[in-house]
Amino acid sequence: MILGSINPAVLMAALMVAATPILLAAIGELVVEKAGVLNLGVEGMMIMGACVGFIVAVNTGSPIMGFIGAALGGIALSLLFALLTQALMTNQVASGLALTLFGLGLTALLGQGYVGITPPRTPKLDLGPLSDIPFLGRALFTHDIVVYLTIALVGAVWWFLKYSRAGMILRAVGENHDAAHALGYHVKRVRVFAIMFGGACAGLGGAYLSLIRVPQWTEGMTVGAGWIALALVVFASWRPWRAMAGAYLFGGVVVLQLNLQAAGVRIPVEYLSMSPYLITILVLVIISSGKGRSLNAPGSLNKPFHASS
Amino acid sequence: MKKLLTAAVLSAALATPALADTTKVGFIYIGPVGDFGWTAGHDRARQELQEHFGDAVETSIVENVDYGADAERVMTQMALSGTDMIFAASFGYGPDVNAVAGRFPDVAFQHATGYIQEHDNISLFDARFYEGRAVLGHIAGKMTETNTIGYIASYPIPAVVSGINSAYLHAKAVNPDVNFRIIWTYSWFDPALEADAAETLIEQGADVIMQHTDSTAAVRVAEDAGVMAFGQASDMTEFGPNAHLSAIVDRWAPYYISRVQALKDGTWEAQNSWMGFAEGIIEMAPWNDRIPAELQEEADGLIAAISAEEYHPFTGPINRQDGTAWLADGEVADDGALATMDFFVEGITAEFPN
Repeated sequence: MILGSINPAVLMAALMVAATPILLAAIGELVVEKAGVLNLGVEGMMIMGACVGFIVAVNTGSPIMGFIGAALGGIALSLLFALLTQALMTNQVASGLALTLFGLGLTALLGQGYVGITPPRTPKLDLGPLSDIPFLGRALFTHDIVVYLTIALVGAVWWFLKYSRAGMILRAVGENHDAAHALGYHVKRVRVFAIMFGGACAGLGGAYLSLIRVPQWTEGMTVGAGWIALALVVFASWRPWRAMAGAYLFGGVVVLQLNLQAAGVRIPVEYLSMSPYLITILVLVIISSGKGRSLNAPGSLNKPFHASS
Repeated sequence: MKKLLTAAVLSAALATPALADTTKVGFIYIGPVGDFGWTAGHDRARQELQEHFGDAVETSIVENVDYGADAERVMTQMALSGTDMIFAASFGYGPDVNAVAGRFPDVAFQHATGYIQEHDNISLFDARFYEGRAVLGHIAGKMTETNTIGYIASYPIPAVVSGINSAYLHAKAVNPDVNFRIIWTYSWFDPALEADAAETLIEQGADVIMQHTDSTAAVRVAEDAGVMAFGQASDMTEFGPNAHLSAIVDRWAPYYISRVQALKDGTWEAQNSWMGFAEGIIEMAPWNDRIPAELQEEADGLIAAISAEEYHPFTGPINRQDGTAWLADGEVADDGALATMDFFVEGITAEFPN
């Protein structure tokens, strides 16, 4: 065992980077589900963001424009979902799955001319003396701005859902859409905005992969990150800070198992490789079996709403 | 996409019944032709095949075909629509190829990297990737300054294991202090995970990254970190012009052309072909200029010796990882042992995954 070669500060830094794309997608989906809509198309919107963000960043030379483009790409795809489920009243699960397949296919087409290109570099945020603090400096203060904005976004969503009037309306729509409708709230309008927010966040998560973490465009490059984000929302029992804890736990296990393997730790690598997924399932089981502790799922989740019904 | 292409195959079959001497060749791929790795390599060969025969051959492809029922359905449709020869370009199609081949004895099946051969209309073919890995190992052993080489591996199957062993033996031969760090990803294609794996290996001291996974992410990470890397299956220079030292490039075209020619001549029969440098099935991507001229010559010499069958990458004495003897002095590994290799050689410190 050569554990000495693993640097805990670097490990911490790497897990924050590994967690950011799934956290972005998860926080968006959390808001969507809080509004009572189940959008299984997160993977499709992520890959859309990864592709569109990459294309925009390469053509404008600006990573910031790339991220904006990614958010718009995610929104465009989410509006398709909104049209299907909110206006045409189609089944949410089927529409979400279709969105994922559509996103994967469309981006394979859109991204054809962009394979093998290097995107403009996203600079690390210069935090001055903070980065020089022993251990913490390397672990926490050497990242790009998206990592910090993502944490800020989690805080903002938490505050929005808990304290703002609009957030309470959104939760009311998600808990009981008939009651919310009776009170005079526009259930569909609220849901469409929530779906768009989810699309934007998933798009940003995808762009984080193609512009910062990998950084290149490859067909199908999200490889299931969207599904992990969906699981994270349940794992977090629809609570923003818990989603962040879950994302960091997942990112941490992924990074840790890679480090243990590289360090030659003598434990079976098959178990190391599946450990992030095992731990996710395990926590899901623990959470959902906890007695007297409701899962906290929004009451109207995945139920269609029609004003006349 | 699949339906569309299959429809194209069907309509083509209806439209050209008069051209009896046109050989129809179908290809099914596990990934997209744009993966810049494994599937791209097979499709390059298909295009060369088409160019070589011109109008005498009609090729069709179906990409992203999953193992199992999907593959069986696609191959059945191909066979029903008059396809004469089907190339199934992935290891996992084995059971499906055998099932369909049993029902269509007049169709010639060519299965890449497979091992199941239940009917006499199935040929198997594979490449001796370990020959290329020997060259990569030699270069890596000489180029490394930290004496640490990072290896991103997919699954512990014989083709991958023999590649690691071959690379290690040849790195060790030129650099006794060399040390391999290995990460298994249990996936052929996951760019983010491969990027993380490359970063981890570099963080732990590796300055040369080798990969037996299909994405181009690791080369890109190596480029950014200022270390060296080898591509996989295709020339990945454009993803890391400084980092990319070389790559084993798959060239299936000569084999594809010979098999289609044999079918046209009526001499096609089931075979099991395992080909390497000698047959031109694998070749090295152009050397990066940062490899010293002297080392380039050594590598060229190694390739020539392997091609001429003067030298076998697994020539004894070689011990297993636990120290027991595997090959005696001068003994050469036989194909059976290489095709089922399930152990590391002596000197690799990582544990072998069971």
